[in-house]
Amino acid sequence: MSFINYASREINCKIVYYGPGLCGKTTNLQHVYSKTAPEAKGKMISLATETERTLFFDFLPLALGEIRGFKTRFHLYTVPGQVFYDASRKLILKGVDGIVFVADSQEERMDANVESLENLRHNLKEQGYDLDKLPYVVQYNKRDLPNAVSVDELRKELNPTNVPDFEACASTGEGVFETLKAVAKLILVDLKKGK
Amino acid sequence: MSTSQMVMYDEEFQEINAVIERLLKDSNSKVIFLVDKNGQLISGVGETERFDTTSLASLTAGNIAATGGLAKLIGEKEFSILFHEGEKDNLHISIVGGRVILVVLFDNRSSLGLVRLRVKKSSEELSTIFEKLMKKSEEQAKSGNSSFPFAEITDDDIDNLFS
Repeated sequence: MSFINYASREINCKIVYYGPGLCGKTTNLQHVYSKTAPEAKGKMISLATETERTLFFDFLPLALGEIRGFKTRFHLYTVPGQVFYDASRKLILKGVDGIVFVADSQEERMDANVESLENLRHNLKEQGYDLDKLPYVVQYNKRDLPNAVSVDELRKELNPTNVPDFEACASTGEGVFETLKAVAKLILVDLKKGK
Repeated sequence: MSTSQMVMYDEEFQEINAVIERLLKDSNSKVIFLVDKNGQLISGVGETERFDTTSLASLTAGNIAATGGLAKLIGEKEFSILFHEGEKDNLHISIVGGRVILVVLFDNRSSLGLVRLRVKKSSEELSTIFEKLMKKSEEQAKSGNSSFPFAEITDDDIDNLFS
């Protein structure tokens, strides 16, 4: 849940990047970190294993600027994608304001995408959220790879509700900020409605 | 939604700060933070400028969430106090009123016993303030009070953030 502080005139929101293992969630955050002005970002924290796989989460605080005199801050989190870290994934979804589902476009990862998306719905439901009522966008990552499935096919499998979706190549940064902007905007529009 | 939105008003913010300022002195500690269970920093007093408070808040919440998960696995509701002992500095982390995390950083000028004692007293005061705060924001939400600054924002305002 967003946190509104009238005393320090700040609004804090939490965005979670979800998706199967090795789909590029951490890479998304790394790109945002590397391209953001120093005054607008905090330290990026990665709780990862020795082989650089996310163990608990990555965290990146971003300050976007002011709206009507309120500082708007977004806290970006990733979940560990590997299937057996499910207990940790549930914890990170607590208090979420918006979700980015990062899909791996490679044909052989299609099943992993579907499984992860089902897992996301299930874990949200357990905490009393409904994915269809949350600010939510989909990113088709790794579009540059030769074995990438067509966007139409990905959309059919992974985005039946037609939420905003984006093609990306997180390692070069293509589509990364478009995705982030879209989900941030949905969150702010939601706040505006006073949810 | 599973939890109600956290809103902080000036009046309660001052009250909260007064309590943790007093705790800082009484417990002889270096820094005190209050963090929301979702990882948002609520307030901090003492030598806060020496620390990356945002990261500290996020990791504390992660820590509480992880130990909370452990607690459930062994049939406990939660572990309400965590203590981390370092060579010089120590962290005393406790849950206040079921929803807020109180973090006290102290060194050998204080002791675990003193911190525990003072934290216990302050926790009760903080619980009362946060309860009042929750009621207040619920009432505001019910009455549809539009002091909320986002009610009037336009699409342009939002677009401008990203320009």
